[in-house]
Amino acid sequence: MCSVGKAFSSKESLMIQCAEAIVEIKDDLVYKRRIEKRYRVKEIDERIRKERTKSEAKIISEARRKGVPTPVIFDIADYEIVMEKIEGNLAREVINDAISERIGELVGILHKNSIIHSDLTTSNIIVGQDNVVYFIDFGLSFIESSTEARGVDVHLFFQSLRGTHESYEQLKLSFITGYRRTFSNASQVLKRAEEIERRGRYVER
Amino acid sequence: MTIILGLEGTAWNLSAALVSEERVIYEAESTYKPEYGGIHPREAAQHHASELKNVVARALRGADKEKEGFSLDIIDAIAFSQGPGMGPCLRTVATAARALSISLKIPLIGVNHCVAHIEIGRWQCGTKDPVVLYVSGANSQVLAYRADRYRILGETLDIGIGNALDKFARYLRLSHPGGPKIEELASKGTKYVYMPYVVKGMDLSFSGLTTAAKDAFDLHLEEKADICYSFQETAFAMLTEVTERAMSHCGKDDMLLAGGVGANRRLQQMLQTMCHDREARFYVPEAKYLKDNGAMIAYLGLLMLKSGDTTPIEKSEVNPNYRPDEVEVTWRDVE
Repeated sequence: MCSVGKAFSSKESLMIQCAEAIVEIKDDLVYKRRIEKRYRVKEIDERIRKERTKSEAKIISEARRKGVPTPVIFDIADYEIVMEKIEGNLAREVINDAISERIGELVGILHKNSIIHSDLTTSNIIVGQDNVVYFIDFGLSFIESSTEARGVDVHLFFQSLRGTHESYEQLKLSFITGYRRTFSNASQVLKRAEEIERRGRYVER
Repeated sequence: MTIILGLEGTAWNLSAALVSEERVIYEAESTYKPEYGGIHPREAAQHHASELKNVVARALRGADKEKEGFSLDIIDAIAFSQGPGMGPCLRTVATAARALSISLKIPLIGVNHCVAHIEIGRWQCGTKDPVVLYVSGANSQVLAYRADRYRILGETLDIGIGNALDKFARYLRLSHPGGPKIEELASKGTKYVYMPYVVKGMDLSFSGLTTAAKDAFDLHLEEKADICYSFQETAFAMLTEVTERAMSHCGKDDMLLAGGVGANRRLQQMLQTMCHDREARFYVPEAKYLKDNGAMIAYLGLLMLKSGDTTPIEKSEVNPNYRPDEVEVTWRDVE
């Protein structure tokens, strides 16, 4: 759910502590709660946590409406989203050319609808038992239609592939095939992603 | 012992310092103070041109007073800020540096001003591999070292935090520099006034915040102190948030604050709290090494000289938009 974090597990539940939130998996449900930050005043802290919780839930639902499988949301409170637990394997563990191509198609759909995921890694994508590819963790997502934002998104995904998969080059090509299929502006974004890589600004994890 | 003379004059502070491997030997400075408004680049450059000789002489005399017998021929190399900064100011200081290098027949070292801020902080605080928050007038960046470069993980999309504070301060008719005066006013504020909080991934934007603060002031419904308080709380929370995200992203547990705005006690306090809560270590150098200073230029010059990284005259042209990630770091051990 988050790329860097601490995990605690017990018989009943699994807890993952991220920079911004605590994710608890219990009874087939995922509880994602944005945690208080002591460094900022209450007025800002509460506002930001509420706004982001709401926006994340909205984008998760919006993505699903446009055809990108995401967890079903059951409940939203001020700082917490309760959602469906997706059973399956992390894309990081099972990715192959077909899955990478499917991921490309789905990212194309997100981008066509101006959704920027902002944390596209193979740890935030789950391949379900029925081979459906799900996107989880829209915690950093936002709505924007600039080539730059889309380019950063694609670039971050390539970085995550390169960091963890030996067949990086082939997986990247498969992704591109899928991405071009669903998104007509793909060429422009892919060109920008290369440029962003040359800037060397985004560090590999 | 190697001794470097460092010249800094990217904006309003002109400074010369002598630094050796062990310590900052002596530093002298002269600050341009605008009569009204902000820094006028040409006037700042004229100030630097007329003060340079004095400042360098004072640095040398000051070093002499310590009875180590310094004179110009003891200097092993001249380091200067090659950028980023205001063009006219950079050119003035670079000209002086070239002249000294040629007449003394010693190497010239063009230094990136941002990287110098980072290196003096690492040296003074003894932190090896921190995530750096660099906040000054024109710059607001979060950086971390990887593979021979200081990578910029996040930065402002419009104006630097110092500029944002100064702009609002000028609107309140406070004299330059406005940051400390806003800090003073903010310490008396108690009521939070709504301000836009703009964080995109690890990037920030401050221009909307400045406009919102001006608008709040124009309406005369809120106390000046409350607006300053809200401005600071919002801007610094944004900076702290992206710094924390960068630390989490890179898995680093040291954090270093650099740049003039780093002197703000409320910003220090917020970063300290954030680091404490994630069991990380927070480092901030003394105030004289947060603001623009010649010692940091001399120190980075020393590191570069030791790794054989000097600047031939024909490559010593200044670069007002010199980014820290353009510099290949030749002096750091593999970590």
